[in-house]
Amino acid sequence: MKKRAGKIYVLIVMLFLYLPILTLIVLSFNEVKSMSVWGGFSLKWYDELFHSRLMMGAIVNTFSIAILAALIATVVGTLAVLGMAAMKPRTQSALLGFNNIPMLNADIVTGIALMLFFLMVGVPRGYMTILFSHATFCIPYVILSVRPRVNRNTDRLYEAALDLGASERYAFRRIVLPELWPGITSGFLLSFTMSVDDFIITYFTRGAGINTISTLIYSEVKIGIRPSLFALSTIVFVVALAVLLVINVRKDKEDRADNALQAL
Amino acid sequence: MIAKKSYSIPFIIWIIAGTLVPLASIAYYGFTSRDGGFTFANVLAMFRSDHLQALGLSLLLAVISTVICLIIAFPMAMVLRESKYGKQGFLIFVIILPMWMNFLLRTMAWQVLLERQGVINALISAVGLPRQEMMNTPGAIVLGMVYDFLPFMILPIYNTVSKIDEHLIEAAYDLGAGKAKVYSKIIFPLSVPGIVSGITMVFIPALTTFVISNMLGGGKINLIGNIIEQEFTINSNWYLGSGLSLVMMVFIIASMLILQRFDKTGGANLI
Repeated sequence: MKKRAGKIYVLIVMLFLYLPILTLIVLSFNEVKSMSVWGGFSLKWYDELFHSRLMMGAIVNTFSIAILAALIATVVGTLAVLGMAAMKPRTQSALLGFNNIPMLNADIVTGIALMLFFLMVGVPRGYMTILFSHATFCIPYVILSVRPRVNRNTDRLYEAALDLGASERYAFRRIVLPELWPGITSGFLLSFTMSVDDFIITYFTRGAGINTISTLIYSEVKIGIRPSLFALSTIVFVVALAVLLVINVRKDKEDRADNALQAL
Repeated sequence: MIAKKSYSIPFIIWIIAGTLVPLASIAYYGFTSRDGGFTFANVLAMFRSDHLQALGLSLLLAVISTVICLIIAFPMAMVLRESKYGKQGFLIFVIILPMWMNFLLRTMAWQVLLERQGVINALISAVGLPRQEMMNTPGAIVLGMVYDFLPFMILPIYNTVSKIDEHLIEAAYDLGAGKAKVYSKIIFPLSVPGIVSGITMVFIPALTTFVISNMLGGGKINLIGNIIEQEFTINSNWYLGSGLSLVMMVFIIASMLILQRFDKTGGANLI
């Protein structure tokens, strides 16, 4: 009885989470431009979406900014973690405190602050200011995911390698990097997704004439919802589903491999 | 030592240029008048009746949607904890998936559902009932907030709840505690860190949003986020916008401090 109540509860929450998305997916195949009348199956909104030069430009911007911002954040963040390891604990915690600010602050404040900064310095807002801002809010996530991987053991192994005649570069590549690698990759992926997902900070730090997917959606919704946005929703949903499935399957495999190793 | 301190230099420069100086510039503009002199007027402008009204409504709607999220999320986290492991992985997956969809698109979905010519009204009128005005109401905004932020409440609570030792709960039952007592003395206190980070992750975005209120409030309902956004994008009055932002930051910091007092373990894990 109790089990069934739980199942029904989960089902209701799932319906709440997914019915709106499902509605968008169904409407994206609707022949007529209506939110409530079904006019037959059609792919024309997908056609419109793929032929929209604005949308294609926004997609290129979104992903190029996400990759670059994640790369910059990963390099700056990882170096920062290594540098902090050589510092006094008090300096470290002070730096980590500053590091937390963009994560804890409301996005609107971060966005406005960066916008005012660009205005004061006199940098015209555009692609580069978005990139700078995205790297700013991504670096904290990289630091948080890489920092736990640095410990005394890494240091000892590194020194041992040096004592055994390895060059600094070789020891770094063979000892330190593999040790940090899981943190580095998850920091990169986290940064990438945060950047793709961001709207508010981009909205304040972009200039006129440059769009990411999010800012383009916002301006189009303001004018009036077109069904091509439903097509976009469907594509975004399917891509997210595929990516998450791949991640999950890979994690499953790794877990199983780990278990097998432990059994040996 | 692997590292030299100098490795941190790019990061320190980035903190100064990307975080500290920009925040200082909000403070600078917030206390400066249009002609360049020092003034409190921009900060005190929060007490203008329209601004106060927006701030009050923001606080109210943020509290309501946080409470609703909490009420939905806690039982959900408990169900997730009790369901079998493999299935758990699947259920977590199902909750994370919507978070990967752009939140503007998810908010737009509710616009499609609630519109006068929208899906829900079509169903209502098909049954023969009169169409309802659901858009551009505070209720629609709350619905949008709950929908967008619910996963951010479920995940941290699930994280702490799933780590509660089953033996503790069994021991409490063995010692004669009733269900209510087990919840109030064991499960609830142990899940406080998750609840606290869940509340932070819902309340602050809800308090400061201007997107959800713009899309589901049709520009007719102003939250404090809308007021600030309009000062920057439409009125180009950065001084007033910065002053109001400063006051809003006070509310953000205050709510964090209050929440931290409940979380005695300190630093709850976010996800």
